[in-house]
This record gives sequence, structure tokens and C-alpha cells, in this order.
Amino acid sequence: MIEPAIKSRPVYPGLKPDRCAKSNVVVVDKDGRDAFLEMAKTVDDGFLRKTTVLFVKGPPNGHDPAAPLEALGLVNLWVFPSLETLIARLDGLLSISRMGTRLYAAGNEPLISLVVKTALSHGVVHSSIMTEHRGSLRRRVQCVHCKGITENVTTNPAKCSHCGLMLLVRDHYSRRIGAFQGVCIDAEVPGEIPEIKAEFL
Amino acid sequence: MNTMFKDETFRDDFTFSNSPAAIKRFPFPFWEDKYRYSVNIEPHVAGPKGSIYEFPIDIDEHYVADMRDRALVLKEDPLRVQALPHMMLAQWDLLELLMTSMARDYPEHFTLERNGDEWHWINRPLKIENTFRFGNAATLPYEPMEYIMRQCQGDITLLDQRENNLWMDAGIATSQADWSLDFDVGMNFMEWHAPVPLAHQQGVFDRALKFLLALQLGKPVRRLNWTMTINPRLDTSPENYHKWGVDRVTVTPENVGDKVHLRVELQALWRLPRSNAIAFSIRAYLIKLNELVTDLDKARRLHRVLQTIPPELVGYKGITRYLDVTRDWLAKYDDGKPTPVGFLFQ
Repeated sequence: MIEPAIKSRPVYPGLKPDRCAKSNVVVVDKDGRDAFLEMAKTVDDGFLRKTTVLFVKGPPNGHDPAAPLEALGLVNLWVFPSLETLIARLDGLLSISRMGTRLYAAGNEPLISLVVKTALSHGVVHSSIMTEHRGSLRRRVQCVHCKGITENVTTNPAKCSHCGLMLLVRDHYSRRIGAFQGVCIDAEVPGEIPEIKAEFL
Repeated sequence: MNTMFKDETFRDDFTFSNSPAAIKRFPFPFWEDKYRYSVNIEPHVAGPKGSIYEFPIDIDEHYVADMRDRALVLKEDPLRVQALPHMMLAQWDLLELLMTSMARDYPEHFTLERNGDEWHWINRPLKIENTFRFGNAATLPYEPMEYIMRQCQGDITLLDQRENNLWMDAGIATSQADWSLDFDVGMNFMEWHAPVPLAHQQGVFDRALKFLLALQLGKPVRRLNWTMTINPRLDTSPENYHKWGVDRVTVTPENVGDKVHLRVELQALWRLPRSNAIAFSIRAYLIKLNELVTDLDKARRLHRVLQTIPPELVGYKGITRYLDVTRDWLAKYDDGKPTPVGFLFQ
């Protein structure tokens, strides 16, 4: 479980079913799927019949990762090839969702970040979203200089995929941007770059 | 104060300097000969004539140059101004607070005529005149916060109050000590202060937040904060850190007095009447050490404060690379004598 390094660094308390919700929207990747499956064991069929799952299936490996979800009797199971396509659908879904909808997100941090960021733009209060971190520690990082987002950062420092500066990846996190802050690491002495470590595997 | 506005720069050739009167009124933030963290909030009440506390909003000799620098920053980077949609009422509250204060306290420079919602504003130093309808943003050339903050020294954030917290949901920052408004907009009080070392563990932010949530209309408060800056640069933003960071390795024993500046922020907070938001003003005053050491008490005390600053804060304030050379340079002003008790400025 992710420990809070500083107070802007979000923590993810884990999925818990809200049995009072009129409908449920669940966003998971392959690792987060298992968190949802664990929660699904604790609820009745009525809960699952008002639940829509949006699932990023990830690269193929011979098994159908959606199969355990198909067996649940969900109202909807939507499978997406990428997080980007999933978020586009979530955006559309939230725009027609009603009061009483409960949102869940489980998986790696970029997925949770983008679900929360998308939900914020629809007026959802961030603390109302059930979240659980599973899988990789890789991060979305915003370069404070060019404002470009670098996806799937596993090292510190890391190179900005837009302007090319080497960035110190801080724990300072913006929910609105859905990313950690990256700051030029060799601004004072250009070229003085510490060893690159795989901190976020 | 009898203000003559200086023609000076905060970038490139860095012609900024303080007059003898400005040196005298500089808000030297240390009241004892050692470093100590504290919330140090006090009522923002009127101080002696000519002091930076004489009026709620201090307009000084750097006003015109300061506003010119802000315009340059905004031209390069419009994201230095941000306001979430629900903050429009707080923007108008802020415009009212600043226009009424500035016109009342500096009538030779600013005039505000109000006829119901029809307002007429004149800013003589910047040669600005507008008639607009209070509450109708379409009648101003910018949104209200940006309009007035292009004419008022200091950065500002507007804090929405809900869920027992304060949320930085609007602001303008062109002279900030290395924090990003664009990144921090939408954060709560604990989140935007997250990178500050030591203070969280000491409960400083819990106490400060509790105090500010109870802030009352008409009873503004203030505190002083400080850091150090190389060259009189106002725009020490993280956005441009890859451009100004190199300044920190240019300090030598020969140029300390000219290069190293003490940078003091007068932070003042007002409850706003319509929105119930808080206006949090962060006004930076700069002084180069050559100017500061013209007062031996201040020179001696700064030398002693820099001996006792905790290493975490040295890193956080970004002074690691030039701290030793600065302390060594100040040592010659420390004759071992005692300094007067309390603040060293009026």
C-alpha cells in the first residue's frame, strides 16, 4: 500500500461497496480487476445488476482477462484496448450519470489519477470516489517548465518526453492535473545529473 | 510615504535598488538572534507613518517597475493567473478591497468613484482609467482579479472555505518564491503546503488553518516569511527555474553584497464579504546585502540567524550553494555585541 510521503500525495484506502448507491461505475485495469472481484464476493446480485465496469484489458497474453468479470452478471461490461479510450467513454458516461451514482477506481496510479481528474470535471467530489492502488508504481508526471505530461514514469530522475529536460520527480501531486510534479534537476549546474534510479516500478 | 516611482528592472540588467528610505522601512523579519519556526500571525493593523504597515496595501517606490515586470511575466505565461469558475464573486470582493484601500490611502495616485454599480477607476501612475459595472466582468478588459492585480504589488491567492479547509481556487503569481500556481490551484491548505519541511510535524499548519478558518471580516491578519534570492529577481517561479537556477552558482566572496538578496514576504489575509473567501496576499520585498548591512544590528542578527537555520530549511529555501559564502561575508559585521530585543524596523 502507498504510504503518504507528503500531504499532497494521495492515498488510496481501498474499495468498499456503497450499498445505498443507485448505480455503480467501476474502472479497473488488469491488476485492479482483482480488487473489484474481491469486493464483488461481498455484495449481492442486486448490487452487480446496477454496476457498469470499464476495463482496460492490457496486452494479450493468451488468457481472456475479462472472463472473470463476464461471469458476474453485470449490467454492462465494457472492455477497452487502452486507458485513453476508456477515459473517453468514462467522460461520456459521467455526463449522463445521475445523482446516486458511485464511482470506483482500482489499478495503477495513472488510471486512478485520470478517473479522479475526469470525475472532477463533472463536479464529483474527489473524496467520494472509492480507490484502491494495485500493480505498478509508475507515475504520470507534469513538467513544471513546459507543462507536458510524461506517462508511465518509472525512474527518478526522468526525462520530460516533451521538452527533454531531466526532471526530479517530486511527491507533490495535483489532483486537478492528475500528475506528480517534475522539476529540472540540473538547473543550477547544467549536466550535473544524479544516478537514475528505478523508483517507481 | 512620499512616493517617487523608480525606473528599474527585476531581470536582465537588474537595476533594482532601494532608496535610503526604503532600506529603513524594509521589513527585516527576525526578532531574535536565532532561527525559529513559528506561525507568527498578528492583526494587520495600521503601523507608524511611512512604515510598510501604515496602510493595508503598501504602494512603494518600486510600484511602476514592479507592475511592468508582472506584465512581462503574464505576456510570456498566461497560466500565472488562474481562477476556477466558482471564484468570480471572490474576484469582485478582492477588486473592491484593493480599489477602496488604494484610493483611500493614496488619493494622489488612485481615484475611485462609485455610483451604485457604476464604478469609475483612475490609476495615475500606470495611466489607466476605466468605467465599469461592478459584478459584470464583461465591462472590464480582464477578469476582476487580473485587472486589479495588474495594478497592485504582490501576488495573491483567493481561498474558498469549505469542508473545514481552505482551497486555493484562484490566484495570480508572478513574483513567487518557487511555487507553481498552475500546479497548486484546486489544492487545500495542507496540500499546497505539503512540500514545506518540519512545520507539519510541529503542528504549525494545523494551528494556522484553525486560526484562519475563524478569520473575521474587517479583522485582517499578517505574518512575515523570508527566503534569499540571487539578483533582485521577482519571477523566481518553478516554471522558469531552468533559466534562473544557474544564478545560484554565481555567488563569490567579491559579489555577495550585490548578488545575494534577502527576500521578505508580507503575507496578509482578509476575509471577503460576499464570497466568504479569504484573500491571501504575498508581497515580496527585496534588499541586497550591501543595503542591509548599512544597519549593523540587522547585519549582525542575519549572520547569527544563518548560523542556526536547520539543514532541511536550507535545502527547501534553495540557499545551499551560497550559504557558506554568505555567512563568511556577513561574519565581518558580527562584532559579538548584543542586538536590540524584538523587531529592528518600525
